[in-house]
Amino acid sequence: MSDVLLKVPDARLERTKMMLDRAQWAASGMQKLDRTSVRRIIDAVAAAGHAKAQFYAEWAVRETGMGVVAHKRIKNEACSKGLVELYGGDDFISPRINAARKIVELPRPAGVIFALVPVTNPVATVFFKTLLALMTRNAIILSPHPQARACCADAVRVLAEAAAAAGAPDGCIQVIEEPTIPLIETVMADARVDLIVATGGPAVVKAAYRSGNPAIGVGPGNAPVLVDESADLKQAARRIVASKSFDNSILCTNESTVLAFASIADRLLDALKADGAHVCSPDETAKLRKVLFTDTGFNVGLIGKDASVIAEAAGFRAANAKILVTPVTLVQPEEKLVREKLAPVLAFARVQTIDQAISSARSMMRKSGRGHSAAVHSKSEANILAFASAVPALRVAVNAGCSLGASGFETNLGPSMTIGTGFAGGSSVGDNLTPQHLLNFTRIAYNKDAAEMFGKFEGLDPLHLPKREAPTLSLAVDNGGDAELRRELRRIILEELKAVLAA
Amino acid sequence: MFDYGHFRFESKEELFQKSIKFWNPDKTKFWQSVGVDLVIDRREGYFLYDMSGRRLIDLHLNGGTYNFGHRHPELVETLKGALDYFDMGNHWFPSVARAALSEALVKVSPGMAYAVFSPGGAEAVDIAIKSARYATKRRKIVSIIKGYHGHSGLSVATGDERFTKIFLADRPDEFVSVPFNDIAAMEQALKGNDVAALIMETIPATYGFPMPKEGYLKACRDLCTRHGAMYIADEVQTGLMRSGKMWGWQAYGIQPDIMVTAKGISGGLYPIGAALLNEKAGGWLHEDGAAHISTSGGAELGCIVAHKVIEMLQRPEVVANVQTVTDFMADGMREMMARHGDVFTGVRQKGVILGLEFSNHPEGAVYVSRALYEHGVWAIFSSLDKRVLQWKPGVLLSAETCQDIMDRFDAAMPRARELLAQARKVN
Repeated sequence: MSDVLLKVPDARLERTKMMLDRAQWAASGMQKLDRTSVRRIIDAVAAAGHAKAQFYAEWAVRETGMGVVAHKRIKNEACSKGLVELYGGDDFISPRINAARKIVELPRPAGVIFALVPVTNPVATVFFKTLLALMTRNAIILSPHPQARACCADAVRVLAEAAAAAGAPDGCIQVIEEPTIPLIETVMADARVDLIVATGGPAVVKAAYRSGNPAIGVGPGNAPVLVDESADLKQAARRIVASKSFDNSILCTNESTVLAFASIADRLLDALKADGAHVCSPDETAKLRKVLFTDTGFNVGLIGKDASVIAEAAGFRAANAKILVTPVTLVQPEEKLVREKLAPVLAFARVQTIDQAISSARSMMRKSGRGHSAAVHSKSEANILAFASAVPALRVAVNAGCSLGASGFETNLGPSMTIGTGFAGGSSVGDNLTPQHLLNFTRIAYNKDAAEMFGKFEGLDPLHLPKREAPTLSLAVDNGGDAELRRELRRIILEELKAVLAA
Repeated sequence: MFDYGHFRFESKEELFQKSIKFWNPDKTKFWQSVGVDLVIDRREGYFLYDMSGRRLIDLHLNGGTYNFGHRHPELVETLKGALDYFDMGNHWFPSVARAALSEALVKVSPGMAYAVFSPGGAEAVDIAIKSARYATKRRKIVSIIKGYHGHSGLSVATGDERFTKIFLADRPDEFVSVPFNDIAAMEQALKGNDVAALIMETIPATYGFPMPKEGYLKACRDLCTRHGAMYIADEVQTGLMRSGKMWGWQAYGIQPDIMVTAKGISGGLYPIGAALLNEKAGGWLHEDGAAHISTSGGAELGCIVAHKVIEMLQRPEVVANVQTVTDFMADGMREMMARHGDVFTGVRQKGVILGLEFSNHPEGAVYVSRALYEHGVWAIFSSLDKRVLQWKPGVLLSAETCQDIMDRFDAAMPRARELLAQARKVN
């Protein structure tokens, strides 16, 4: 083909703008749904996702080359039926009456949510954000990372079909099938978007915040893991290896660097080895440092790869290793190995005291990971409290693997594919994303003067209010004879009409 | 001061004076007499701005010309891109733009074989009538009383006498009209086997969109077949997805021999119309293709815009939007009738084609149009049935604008009631 002779509009961009209109219509339709209808829709969507958990786990690994099928399946299941089990009983729709404070809260959905989906957890994030949006009666447009677009687009289609079959408004779940950076930036800045939920690299998150639209973006992780002398070392080692190898460390909550008290460090290393960790020699550590970090940052080709594959890329063998442990002496950002690694490579440093653990954790998080996650393996409340209050993490998993602990699967934080990094991490939200974040509330607030009685709102529902009386109809009256008769006839006809229309 | 660069006006008043003096005194004064002092200045999407700066939501769309809204950015970009390369073109020669648009139109119009282009609807109707006459070797054309097909030589003769008598353009011997929705009258008109074609708006717009009765259009089609007449579907106001289907006749499950499209197909940017002909009606294109000539018919710039219009209309997002706007208007108008049933007496609807009935006064819709105008909504009454307000939401209307429209409608009804009461006193 030769060059195009005419300048033509970008049809892809124009179509995407039409998707926004469609989503707005869907949002207005969603807001008219009652709890039963919403429940029916989310059950249908969750079941459709759950039924294909394995299928999409395989597809995502095949398409992105990252992660572990079995683990992705677990995430897909947790982010479909798991979410409905967790939140299904919660009511994000009915008015919340607080008689003591004389306040009624009416949930008000955001409207149109624009959701960015990362390459690391593609389908699980599609399930997660879609279900949260539907639970709170929002419409959602998903924009997958280009390297995961086929599996995501297919998954969105499956969810959208299930939603439509369950009676959801047309267009409440849509996907941008061919996302590009300029396209995404245009959509993010569009006035029809009510809220952006951005999960992805720092560039995309910053762009979300720059867009001028309300955004919930999350920054990168880089979790320090404190293991003190009070910890059950066998348990700690088992949990660390399981967590660090989970989906090959592709969750942003994965452990970055162990900060082990020197008194127990050797025993911990032995326990890690017993659980399948390969502890690297200084030479292997140097090779890993070289292969994992390029001049521009982490080697994306090794994200989410198996430990043995990474070892091979570095030039040594670690055939059956679940994770690679790289001992380091410097815990400062200039030591590349203590930066975020979305791969089963765990830095290991010794600290003498809790204070040194804290200063080391703060140092390593100075470059990235602020507002994100940390973990502690300890029985000392004093150490736990000292560490949690001093390091710039907004969730500290205790005696749990960090990958699934901080992301809420193995703690009571609630499973989340979107980890708010708070003010320290450049985000407006510091919690793990829950349905609550996708709502505003109208608050009906009575005068607090005791003489002013609070109303009785029990049993009232804005979707099913008593029929409003139509105003008394002022009939245009014909002049001339039979005016009375005509007036009477018209009255009867109008009454009939009103009765029919009210039915 | 309104300085447009090429010309300037001191005030809106000066414009009115010059309009009366040089352009059209009666038309200019008429609108003032009904309280609509509109001079459309800026326009964007479904919004018009009067010279005073006041915004109006456009539900007139000039008969569907602005189906996609005013100056839709994608169409503007399309036309600008075309202007860097093309002009009107030369009607004598084959052209890439005309070939591409004909192919696109024929593809979305089952049963049609050729597209013949015109600068607008009236000339397209003339082409349709000429083609039917060529194919049948008959002269007589049947149309509907209060039907409307334009103002050119043949098209005007099919229409209301208001538009023919004044110019001595009526031709009662060749042009017969019968009442709408009356199958017996239609049979009477066709049974002489001397009719070249029946021309029908699928839903007569200027008559206030009375809905064809169940089976009526099909009966007309069958009568045409039985009596050797061609069926011409005038889709100027009902086509282009406004009925929920690309063409209104598809929504009613009938197959015309010829169809006419105009207005909206221009994107509101570059005038163009077309008659689509089946193989038989297109016979003259084989015998003498230069028998009908139109220098600005099928201008290439218009073809490129129209080609884009056809492409856009087929997007799933547009199809979905038509459906949601249709549902919204049905629900919203039902609610408005429940609230304002004393003045608002009925709704006619197919897709986003609506006629709202204000039947308690013979010119009820004129007063309602004014009340709506005062409330920032521009919708025009039907010229041939002034009880009916034409209500023509665009196919791309957003949820927010639709709600805005309905809130304004609700707010305008007390004023409409007041105007109607005054009108009764005067009468």
